[in-house]
Amino acid sequence: MTGPLTPIGTSLKRTDGPSKIRGLEKYAADYYPANFLWADVKRSDHPHALIKGIDLSHVRGLPGVLAVLTHEDIKGANRIGVPEMDQPVLADQKVCYKGDPVVLVLAENKAVMQEALHKIEIDYEVLPAVFDPEDALAEGAPVLHENRSGKNLLIGGAIEHGNGMEAFQVCDAIVEAEFDLPYQEHAYLETEAGIACVDDEGVLEITASTQTPWRDRNELAYALGLPVDSIRVIAPYLGGGFGGKDGITVQGLLGLAALHSNGRPVKMWTSREESFLASTKRHPGRVHYRVGCKEDGTLHAVSCRIVLDTGAYASLGGPVLALAMEHAAGAYRIPHALVEGFCVYTNNPVSGAFRGFGAPQVLAGLEQIIDMLADKIRMDRLEFRLKNVVSRGDETGCGVWMSNSTGIIPCLEKVKEHPFWVQQEEWVNQAGPFKQRGVGIAAGLQGTGYGPMVADIANAKIELLSDGHFRIYSGVADMGQGNNPTNVQIAGEVLGQAADYFELLQPDTACSLPSGSSSASRTTYTFGNALKTAATILKERILTRACNMGLGIYAEDLLLSSGKVFHLTSGREIPLANIAASMSPEERISSYAYTAPVAKHPDSAGSAIRAAGFPHRVFAFACHLARVEIDALTGEVEVCDYLAVTDAGRVLNPQIYEQQVQGGAVQGMGYALWEDFRVENGEVLTRNLASYILPTSMDVPDILSLPVETVEETGPFGMKGLGEIVINLPLPAIANGVAWALGRHIFTSPLTAERILLTMEKRQAE
Amino acid sequence: MIIHFTLNGENKNLDCAPDCRVVDLLREELGHTGTKEACGSGECGACTILVDGISKLSCLMLAAQLEGHAVTTIEGMSKGEELHPIQKSFVEKGAVQCGFCSPGMVMATADLLQRNPSPDRKEIREALSGNLCRCTGYQKIIDAVESAAAEMRDDA
Repeated sequence: MTGPLTPIGTSLKRTDGPSKIRGLEKYAADYYPANFLWADVKRSDHPHALIKGIDLSHVRGLPGVLAVLTHEDIKGANRIGVPEMDQPVLADQKVCYKGDPVVLVLAENKAVMQEALHKIEIDYEVLPAVFDPEDALAEGAPVLHENRSGKNLLIGGAIEHGNGMEAFQVCDAIVEAEFDLPYQEHAYLETEAGIACVDDEGVLEITASTQTPWRDRNELAYALGLPVDSIRVIAPYLGGGFGGKDGITVQGLLGLAALHSNGRPVKMWTSREESFLASTKRHPGRVHYRVGCKEDGTLHAVSCRIVLDTGAYASLGGPVLALAMEHAAGAYRIPHALVEGFCVYTNNPVSGAFRGFGAPQVLAGLEQIIDMLADKIRMDRLEFRLKNVVSRGDETGCGVWMSNSTGIIPCLEKVKEHPFWVQQEEWVNQAGPFKQRGVGIAAGLQGTGYGPMVADIANAKIELLSDGHFRIYSGVADMGQGNNPTNVQIAGEVLGQAADYFELLQPDTACSLPSGSSSASRTTYTFGNALKTAATILKERILTRACNMGLGIYAEDLLLSSGKVFHLTSGREIPLANIAASMSPEERISSYAYTAPVAKHPDSAGSAIRAAGFPHRVFAFACHLARVEIDALTGEVEVCDYLAVTDAGRVLNPQIYEQQVQGGAVQGMGYALWEDFRVENGEVLTRNLASYILPTSMDVPDILSLPVETVEETGPFGMKGLGEIVINLPLPAIANGVAWALGRHIFTSPLTAERILLTMEKRQAE
Repeated sequence: MIIHFTLNGENKNLDCAPDCRVVDLLREELGHTGTKEACGSGECGACTILVDGISKLSCLMLAAQLEGHAVTTIEGMSKGEELHPIQKSFVEKGAVQCGFCSPGMVMATADLLQRNPSPDRKEIREALSGNLCRCTGYQKIIDAVESAAAEMRDDA
């Protein structure tokens, strides 16, 4: 069967749909190899303690327990993490948070596993612990990692632009506030999972739910003391990721287990509770803003102090802080700025990558401050933004040069002309009894890719098979966003083939090529660019070979279409299988390495912040609008309508584009309203989906998505990254709507019903 | 203990531990990994199956409870390559992203459309509120259920 062609810009159905909807697609959690053993770990009971001794005498020899392993069984460095390799696979001298893995057990079944984990006795010497990042920076605070010169400061720095703080002296209006931002748990439905075994040739093969197969392989080699080429990592479709699988979760433990399983395969699959305890979160933090403008509404100065709690280990805390700092002035031209940032170790659970990567925290604060400042100078909130946002060629307040497509003005204009904005007063005034309404907006941006110091490279590979079909070797994992099905659309466009002429392989370090992580709004941008060129090279080879075979004199007279090559003037054709037969296996494979462009504009950030990823070159932009209604009796907020206008360049596939916008907006609503991940003295209090409240189908409205299609000339077919910009604005847009309804801003989120009710009571008492 | 039930129309007589959860029986013993597990405590709906046509959470059921009943899992919804109208419309409407919630969503939808062949969007949202999705924001799932309901009414 030949399906329709796959032109860019149409809603080609995702090729992963049928296998997923039939329950046949195998995720990492779905593998139960023959004769496998379960692996699981005993985790720390203390947030900070020295390990004085481990008593395994009651466990070794238990029927059904095959191996019990500690750090002493690890031959390598026993450290994982990027860029800081500070996290042990199994804790050695001490534990740094409640959840640190200490002992790894391999058992025949889960019942024996539970018994074994229960019988492990670990003798701890409890150490003083620190749970607040400001406390952790104070002189005399307990130090987590003694080898670090900066004590508990993982990374710190400043960005200065213009005259910094002096500029506030000439501002006509200034607003200042401090925002408390919560943890957010990724809560992907597929908890951390994988299988591992050592094959007959001694290669450690790991199939895992991971966003980073290539990086995992390098980290595992270092941590476990193996040559890189003796490790193979396979990344099937993920059951969600959102940044929580940007790096090693169970892979180190799985690898260690497989090295001690007497050749049997091993399987790990964390429970929801264990996932909540031991997985990374969005960094909680405090963001202190001061923003000043002139009386005509021109923004003049911004200062911002960001303190992020990275927990016990660095994870991606450094780059998250750098991104937070880079986005701290939003999409505004502000001539004078001072942004200071601190990412700090504490004995809390580890924070790391999460969709938005630092930008949601700062934009949550900035976009509420912008509303407050507009109110103060009695200027329309949208006009105030329009007056100050960047155009192409401008610098943001953080000195970030908008050298590429910059569509924030059209985003704001689309909101301005939409009925939700035009009729805001009428809608608010129509609130029923015991209801209070407000309309909020927020605008912002999100950088694409890794920044200037880490090569953002993808290596695409595509093969013409002997039967005339094509095989795409995806190099970047697909955690659900559809980047790999989009590969079919990109290659289909270049090669003129319908979707069913392609086989799509998921990343496998044994046969695809290193292509970086599924993260940073860079998956389709970077890999798509590489694939587009790889497919173009293959197309030229095919057409040239068709000429060799007598179909025509010049390649431009030939048309490549599904399964064949046509000669345009004569109408003759050759099946692709025949052309493939005349090509050597090497000729039939095309690969191309694409490196994303970086910013070369001089900037004022310190070297640590620059090394962590500041600044970016290509940005997506958005403006969101939320119509909210508060129940005055319960404090509950309902988001009645939601509009998301996005500039992520040209839309390659409207359906996949909407999937990102709708899903991201709703995940952002969870961050804004319900997702209250609670940690007290290092102890996670929200351990399941009954206490950590995710948005359900009943809690959210339909999302209206309007694209602004700028053409990003560096992106494949004019696109740029979309996955993250969508989550940056729900919190401030909803908070601004809530502030209208309540008559005051609440600086602590999420905006739970309790918090709103308390605010209303306080206001009535005044 | 020996239990007898039908799985997607096929008779099964299995010897299993009385405390074996149905989700484990399906996934580990029978290789039906289309039924997912995402919380193990009845909070997410990913493990939804049909027992005598009614949606049940297989992580909260023990194998013995299947005795004499008819079980349908996601693998039993399509006829070979031919998708059930609900599955077809999930694919067409873009309701599948990571796909880990999708089998449970399809089973919950099957239950809904048997009870109510013409649900409106609000009724669909209510019926699926026990099934969590972290990718889609639910909108395209609601679109898919609306469209499947219309198609199944036309076919009936």
